[in-house]
Amino acid sequence: MVSVTVTRVRVVLPGPLKALLQINSEVSLDVSGDVSLRAVLDTLEQRYPTLRGTIRDHGTHKRRAFVRFYACEQDLSLQSPDDLLPESVRDGREPLLIVGAMAGG
Amino acid sequence: MGRVRVLVGTRKGAFILTSDAGRTNWHVDGPHFPGWEMYHLKASPLNPDRIYASQSNGWFGQIIQRSDDGGRSWNPVDNAFVYDGIPGTHMWYNGTPHPWEFKRVWHLEPSLTEPDTVFAGVEDAALFKSADGGASWRELSGLRGHGTGSQWQPGAGGMCLHTIVADPTNAQRMYVAISAAGAFRTVDGGESWTPINKGLRSGEIPDTDAEVGHCVHRLALHKANPQRLYMQKHWDVMRSDNGGDSWYEVSGNLPTDFGFPIDVHAHEPDTIYVVPITSDHHHFPPDGKLRVYRSKTGGNEWEALGRGLPDANCYVNVLRDAMAVDTLDECGVYFGTTGGQVYVSPNGGDNWQAIVHDLPPVLSVEVQTLP
Repeated sequence: MVSVTVTRVRVVLPGPLKALLQINSEVSLDVSGDVSLRAVLDTLEQRYPTLRGTIRDHGTHKRRAFVRFYACEQDLSLQSPDDLLPESVRDGREPLLIVGAMAGG
Repeated sequence: MGRVRVLVGTRKGAFILTSDAGRTNWHVDGPHFPGWEMYHLKASPLNPDRIYASQSNGWFGQIIQRSDDGGRSWNPVDNAFVYDGIPGTHMWYNGTPHPWEFKRVWHLEPSLTEPDTVFAGVEDAALFKSADGGASWRELSGLRGHGTGSQWQPGAGGMCLHTIVADPTNAQRMYVAISAAGAFRTVDGGESWTPINKGLRSGEIPDTDAEVGHCVHRLALHKANPQRLYMQKHWDVMRSDNGGDSWYEVSGNLPTDFGFPIDVHAHEPDTIYVVPITSDHHHFPPDGKLRVYRSKTGGNEWEALGRGLPDANCYVNVLRDAMAVDTLDECGVYFGTTGGQVYVSPNGGDNWQAIVHDLPPVLSVEVQTLP
């Protein structure tokens, strides 16, 4: 029998997506296997199918242009989605922040 | 007696305006989905409490919402608008081929005959159909694939399929309009399509009477005479008496024939309404006077309607999906402006009053006539 590690990860969604889901707080996700951005987003979209297409495109899973991923004061948006997230995200000390890019003037 | 429910989509949320048949005392409910662009809301004519709403923004893309209780509560349905097969290319602004890319849903058109069927017109221009109340969508790709799709080129507002008009006497017959490709007709429920642009002339394209490339802004028809179509083109108000086989101009004595919406009186198939706009550059009414123009002769002879509308210093626009009529005995006419006003005339255009003054810019107005 193969055992798969499950890690609890905290995710903070941007206000419009919280409103869409009618939630007020951050989300805790149980992520199986390696805790990469892809794994977290797959788990997030499985929990909340409404988010499919809002953070990354349908099908290609390409990050939408005006969505950014931050954690531990770093911008992770341009990293490979298969890279491991920082250790403090993986151990639950820090959340992964999904952010709408600045707009306006 | 009856009552009316007006569904208003704006740049920053949706609003539901309700009144009894008098249409003088209004209740304003909203914003629903505050902060989101609500391009269009429309209810099923077969189940008036079922309302579909297109919700989008530049950050988080497209959501489709559905209400089954007249807008009191909403649930997101499927938002995957995936082009059929390998989407291919249309023409980009610089004349090079450009892949089709989904951007947003401009218009939702619930079926007149099937309670769970709804059509969606999207940018980049394509038509989608759901037969399960929005739970899944499939492209009616015969439209893009009929032969001219690779020549379509976006106008300044994007390459959007913004108008879907169903023939109330024949469920297989529908019309759509695309900026800046033109008008198209199906007679088999949407599987195959034909361009119907003969008679249109557009100075903005090199071949002024080309088969496609015309910037059609809006189509309308009346169920009593479904072979007659009305069109507000970029410039020119047009009419067809043969289901779109050919068109002729009915701009007549309009002060300008540029505009966006066109609609037909609920009970008089010859009575139509437009909102003349100074020009494609100005996008506001001539002389700062907001006027609806009415023709009771199917075009050519127009009268200005301004009682209750601003007489000066008005520099708003009225967008293509922002006019509607109710079906009460005395037909009500409604329109919304980019200045955030929604006006109603409870007597076919003779008198107007603002229902609301200060909404975000209005993108769409639909009205339901309820028992």
